[in-house]
Order: sequence, then C-alpha cells, then structure tokens
Amino acid sequence: MAMSQDEVFAKVKDVLVDALGVDEDEVTLSAKLSADLGAESIDYLDIVFRLEKAFNIKIQQGELMPESVLNDPKYVQDGKVTDAGMAELKNRIPFADLTAFEASRKVTDFSNIFTVDTIVKFVQKKLG
Amino acid sequence: MRWIWIDRILELEKGRRCVALKNVTLAEDVLHDHFPATAHRPATPVMPNTLIIEGFAQTAGILVGHANDFKEKVILAKIGKAVFTAPCRPGHTLRFTAGIERLDASGASTSGIVERLDPGQPALPAVPLAKIEMMFSHIDRNMSGLDFPDFNFVFTSQFMDLLKQSGFAVPASEVRPAPNLGP
Repeated sequence: MAMSQDEVFAKVKDVLVDALGVDEDEVTLSAKLSADLGAESIDYLDIVFRLEKAFNIKIQQGELMPESVLNDPKYVQDGKVTDAGMAELKNRIPFADLTAFEASRKVTDFSNIFTVDTIVKFVQKKLG
Repeated sequence: MRWIWIDRILELEKGRRCVALKNVTLAEDVLHDHFPATAHRPATPVMPNTLIIEGFAQTAGILVGHANDFKEKVILAKIGKAVFTAPCRPGHTLRFTAGIERLDASGASTSGIVERLDPGQPALPAVPLAKIEMMFSHIDRNMSGLDFPDFNFVFTSQFMDLLKQSGFAVPASEVRPAPNLGP
C-alpha cells in the first residue's frame, strides 16, 4: 500500500533531524533546507544516501539536486539560469516548485527551492 | 610532512571494510599538552578525541580511495556523528574499523567503531571507545570551477608506503615520484 503524505513526512523528518542535527519541531513542510535548516552542499549527498536507506529507493546522481545543469554554461550565463536552463530544470526536477526562483534565476538562490515539502514530494514521486 | 594517525592496516576489503591500528605513545608531543599537570592535578595524558577522529578518517579515507583505485581525491566532508565512551592513554592501542555505507560518483558515506586494546593485558577484550559516522567528497566532481592539482595530493606516497608496509598491493598508477611543487 502506498505511503500517505504524513507517513512520508514523518520519515523525511527523521532523515533531516539525523542529517542536519536540527530539532524535530524545526522541520516543518515550509522550512528551507539551506536557509532555515543550515544544509550545506555535502548535506544534500548525505540526505540522498539517508533517503535511499529510509525508503529503500535508489536515487541517481543529480536526480534530487541537478548540479550538472547549474554548472553547464549552456544553461547558465552571468550567474543566472537561461530560458533553456529553466526548461531543463522543469524537466529534471518536476517535483519542485520553481515559481519563486523564476523571478531571480540566480544560481546562488537555487538552494531556496529545496523545502522540506520538496523532499516529501520527491520521495512520493519516487515511491510512485 | 603530514600526520599519519594510523600505524598499520590489518584488513582492507575493497569497497567494504578497512581495519587499522594506532599505537598511542608518550613520544607524541600532543599528549603532554593534553593535559599537563596543574597545581591541583598531576599530568593526565589522554589521546585527544579529535585526533582519534582523524585516525578514523584516515582509515575510512583509505577505504574510500581504494574503492576507486585511488583515482579520486577523497576529502573528509562531514562528521555526522562521533560519540566517545572511554579514554585512550599512552601504552594503549587503538583499533579503527570503518565500513562503507554508500559509495557513488560524488562521494561516500562511512561508519564504524574505534576500540581500545591494552597490549599489557592482551587477554582482556577490546574496550569500545567510539562510534563514528562520516562522509567523504570526491572533490574533483563536486567543486567545478575550482582547479585542483592533477596529482592526488590526498593519497601521498606516505599513505602508499603505509599500504605496502602493511602488505597490501598499491596500484601501479600510484607508484610515482614526489610531485614538483615549485619553488
């Protein structure tokens, strides 16, 4: 039977508490991983590894955090994501809400799209 | 030079597990500062937990590097957990046992234990001393835009010598002269 959103959220919360050393009550659906919970780049790899274990899923490199898009001059110019880059991001991470990012498109703002809710949606999509 | 905080590798199972030993001795300056005598207390030399973490990191780092034949520059990126339950004094031996939880192109997640052996009482069982979890990054794959030297400055000839002295094969590609670092 498919897991409910609440069940996925509870497990994601455990993963984030372990990976980021934050308190449970800090892990709300709207909390941003980097800005609110202090996640750094290596933490995203840690989170991916822990999600794989917690949900018994396999996550390919770049599936959650599409670094290759953000490092590709074809998709990024002058520190901002191009139209082609935005299209690629929408294709690569359909589980993420890119509405707010669309306004600035600055690579330095990209991590803001990762909220706890983004992770929950990502896992739900992986679980099918 | 750099500090090598393990003396011998006992086991090295590719991509799975590495076990290493470190003898702790009063010849190491750091023990005299950790902790010196005061007016109220005699000298209390104990191995600093930070350096025990370094020894574990070297054990786990060799394991992660060996998994890809030392092609990757493996850098300690995160200490997820390090819980200590006993001290280690001069005359003791530390045994580091590290395992790979997950390895991919970006890096690796490792975990393991540190135990304390007492060569003065070899019949005694090993004392659990610490549980550690740490992550390593393959930096050439995670720091695009930054240039690193071509030679593998992580796994120096000192580490390769340690492997050889412990009886393990060193990949032919890693047998090389010391790098020329310029004037």
